[in-house]
Amino acid sequence: MEARQENPYLPFAAPILDIYPETEMEKTYRIQARLSANFGQFLEISLPGYGEAPISLSDMGEDWVDLTIRNAGRLTSRIHQLNPGDHLYWRGPYGQGFPLENFTGGHIVIVAGGTGLAPLRGVINHFRSNQDSVRKLDILAGFKTPSEVVCSRDIENWEQCFNTVVTVDDACEPWDGCEGLVPNFIPGLDIREPENTRAIAVGPPVMIKYAVQELLNKGIFQDKIWVSMERRMHCGMGKCGHCKIEDKYVCLDGPVFNWSLAKNLKD
Amino acid sequence: MAYGFDPEKFDNMLEELGKKYKLFGPTRYPQAGALSDSDLVTFGPVHRLKDLELSVQSTYSPKELILPVNQTMFYFTGDRILEPEIDQTPMIIFLHPCDLNGIKRLDSIFLENGSEPDPYYQQARQRVRFFVLECTQGFENCFCVSMQANATDEYDVFLRLDENEVRADVKSPEFEDTCARFGKQCDLEPAFVQENAKRVRVPDPEKLDNSIFESDLWRDYDQRCIACGRCNLSCPTCSCFTVRDILHEDNPEQGERRRFWTGCHLDGFDEVSGGMVFRPARGDRMRYKTMHKIYDFRKRFGVHMCVGCGRCDKVCPQYISFADCINACTELLQGAQ
Repeated sequence: MEARQENPYLPFAAPILDIYPETEMEKTYRIQARLSANFGQFLEISLPGYGEAPISLSDMGEDWVDLTIRNAGRLTSRIHQLNPGDHLYWRGPYGQGFPLENFTGGHIVIVAGGTGLAPLRGVINHFRSNQDSVRKLDILAGFKTPSEVVCSRDIENWEQCFNTVVTVDDACEPWDGCEGLVPNFIPGLDIREPENTRAIAVGPPVMIKYAVQELLNKGIFQDKIWVSMERRMHCGMGKCGHCKIEDKYVCLDGPVFNWSLAKNLKD
Repeated sequence: MAYGFDPEKFDNMLEELGKKYKLFGPTRYPQAGALSDSDLVTFGPVHRLKDLELSVQSTYSPKELILPVNQTMFYFTGDRILEPEIDQTPMIIFLHPCDLNGIKRLDSIFLENGSEPDPYYQQARQRVRFFVLECTQGFENCFCVSMQANATDEYDVFLRLDENEVRADVKSPEFEDTCARFGKQCDLEPAFVQENAKRVRVPDPEKLDNSIFESDLWRDYDQRCIACGRCNLSCPTCSCFTVRDILHEDNPEQGERRRFWTGCHLDGFDEVSGGMVFRPARGDRMRYKTMHKIYDFRKRFGVHMCVGCGRCDKVCPQYISFADCINACTELLQGAQ
């Protein structure tokens, strides 16, 4: 790997090691990169000529990083045409991740909507490798339809060790799992010590809103709930202004926010 | 030390300075205005005193001298990435105190916010010297006094331009020798506008909170604002940019990554992947901008972002007055008590 350039806007090229198709629209790219980062942080991913976009880390190892990328625009549709051996360009990591050190020893509830599960994949895999560090982990993951379920290969592993509920809004296709909006599954969770429970909610804003409401109804303290906010950061360094909400910058102060702060942020 | 010059001598000094520095100031471009048969007054190269157009306010601020409207961040050719050559010539900008304060606001964003400075801005900023032009009257839309941006002591040279004499208070040792050579020692106590024709009452930040978001005030702007973004572009403190790649048509292997000015009133500014937008209503964009200028920025950096230059009021094709909007916020808060 080349030495860190002085100009923080210059990206590094990283070879794609592996591509895993998640759904028709999403693929997970494993790139060769060594970085010191926390789950919940993001990279600015680019291809020269096609632009740059913020993408959350979905998992990482010593010299690789996984990025789950939805085919949603000019850059990402080009990325979807790439093969292992081709290069992605990255800079970062940026922002604040999940404060996992605070989670040790208690009960954790993870609520995800759609592609919002991708940035939580590394978090869950972390606890899967360190099962002694949590007392209990509940995973609730909701998707629109069965064909939009991401991380299915991981879900099989998670089901072995954690209470894992995968639900779809509309089971229009053959589906033997749950059906219904993901916040509706929160009341049924067995939360014995709400004061010793921490929760994470990541997904579309409306899902976060209702999920947090249900988590609060279960007696979980608002300052023990974290959410991640999606914005289109063009710089990742607090300059471009696209992600400013009130006096906070999602790229610097987030994307992971404690709910006691996030509840007051209005675009 | 302060120096007095007769205007001709001062022009001789500018000619001398022009050998080392590029000089910029508000200047008139005949027939270049947005409307037919109108002139454009904006910042551009100047060489002598009479190049400075000070009888009207410039439509645009000096920010583009440091933060270009569009700027190449790097070139790419195949797998290689090349940084652009940077002009190292130092520049002198002739500007009013409000505009210097505007640049200080940009400094907060580009140099202080986040963990590292913006390298493009920093390189340009290091080349800039400020020759502040005394301003004691302001223009008709100005409310710099209300925004506490009417004065500054962060100039290299402060200038009082009278018809028969130029006086300069020289703060930066860099210009001491040259000024001493062309001028004669004199006294100069810099003066600043003490009262604008337009007065704005800024809401008390202690009392302001986001309950004002729910006010019907913003709905007035839903129809009036046409999202043209002129207010953002003319503002000396609006600093938002968008990054885009450009491929050269003749060789798709080559291209560049550029950044462009953008603004929170424009469509697409707040769009995220998949097409979701956070402020579809233009009144909400007005609210977002207003709160940034008079509340959010101050919370983060300790001073108001708006410097009260009044350019946004002048350029709005819908005659929306930002000054009136600030006053309306204050009235709302007082009414609520």
